Amino acid sequence: MSTAPMIEVSALKKVFGDHTVLRSVDLKVAPGEVVALIGPSGSGKSTLLRCLNLLVVPDGGAVRVGGRSFRFGASASLPGAGELAKFRAATGMVFQQFNLFPHMSALANVMEGPVTVRRMARAQAETLARSLLAKVGLADKAEQYPSRLSGGQKQRVAIARALAMEPAVMLFDEATSALDPELVGEVLGVMQSLAAEGMTMVIVTHEIAFARDVADRVVFLRDGVIHEDGPARQVIDAPREEATRAFLSHFHRQRES
Amino acid sequence: MYQWDFSILWSYRWLFWNGLLVTLGFTVAIVVLGLIVGLAAGLLRLARFAPIRWVAQAYVEVFRCTPILVQLVWFYYALPILAGIEMTATTAAVLALSLYGGAFYAEIVRGGIASIEAGQSEAALALGMTPGQAMRRIVLPQALKRMVPPLMNQSIIQLKNTSLVSVLAVPDLLYQGQAAAHDSYRPLEIYTLVAVLYFAVLFPLTLLVGRLERRLARAD
Repeated sequence: MSTAPMIEVSALKKVFGDHTVLRSVDLKVAPGEVVALIGPSGSGKSTLLRCLNLLVVPDGGAVRVGGRSFRFGASASLPGAGELAKFRAATGMVFQQFNLFPHMSALANVMEGPVTVRRMARAQAETLARSLLAKVGLADKAEQYPSRLSGGQKQRVAIARALAMEPAVMLFDEATSALDPELVGEVLGVMQSLAAEGMTMVIVTHEIAFARDVADRVVFLRDGVIHEDGPARQVIDAPREEATRAFLSHFHRQRES
Repeated sequence: MYQWDFSILWSYRWLFWNGLLVTLGFTVAIVVLGLIVGLAAGLLRLARFAPIRWVAQAYVEVFRCTPILVQLVWFYYALPILAGIEMTATTAAVLALSLYGGAFYAEIVRGGIASIEAGQSEAALALGMTPGQAMRRIVLPQALKRMVPPLMNQSIIQLKNTSLVSVLAVPDLLYQGQAAAHDSYRPLEIYTLVAVLYFAVLFPLTLLVGRLERRLARAD
């Protein structure tokens, strides 16, 4: 690809205690590309995602998103709180458990980033927030508190909240795993339309069919190592690696039964 | 058979009134100062820099693990000599009670903050907030709501603790009661009234806390 990658991760390493979660991971994501991270639980895919916005601080390697980059390791000094905040403001993250702010209405949740972090005037932030809530199909729920929303609605508010920072990249950490099956579709629908608009996205997911249809690339992780990285349909339909085949066989069996 | 005579109380009404005002004034002062100290110490107990946490914890443990009566006496008699300063009984009493209350408030604050799910500050940090902004905007408002009932309970205990300042001859409700008892030779009537007055102030407050607890439980 001719343009510089939007996200570039090299030799990324993360250790929790004596357990190595990521061993020398390299990953590049082009602008507008949608990459799905799949793999068994404990494979390190969520940790890798959280290293992309430094919610988890790596122990080694380098992370670059857009124009900001950080090196990690024994010789590198850890970035300060202010630097980390600026870095994270450029990436949006959506969590498995939504993590909406329960003491704020849906509208206030979406306005929070622009007002507190971007110092946007309240009126302007409200216009932005209302348009984003409309975009995720929740214009009529603006005044509701999270406790009054369904799981699918909460997650769509959470997506609007992340988008309000107008991030260069969106990260999804098992965004549909905590949802009742009948609510998964509405969240995947919003993610699909974001992908179609050209948003750069990294998605940790167990929705293999969604990864196949919406992602450009699928990356298979196991034991902190990328085993396979290729075009979505090829990796899902005709995996080259035995590890990928073994993992995907669970899902194929599910689909057949 | 003892002959109760409550009619003698009327002549001491201004003494009781003044004592009650001193007790309430003390309570307001030590609750406000204690909350400031407690909020600071509670936040410091969660600091990232370990020595700051240790200092905050040492403060909490020292004041939680010594009796308040001992602290009052120590602050009035020992501290001035140790520090080479002069201190009125009122100053010593406010200082000791505020620091004592602050230690308990600090534990409530720390517990309240720790009870907020990690996902809340993660979401705030992910938006690009600094840790300070995440604490002020997201974690503290939720934690404070959970802290209100235990903080109010602790404040009620603080009101009762003010009765101990009478040992330093601070003219609070109990001290004035003692004065009236010595004067009238009617301690049973006097101390009955003192108990009734404390109860009359505290009982409505405990009802209020109970109502607040139920309302917050419903809102969750």
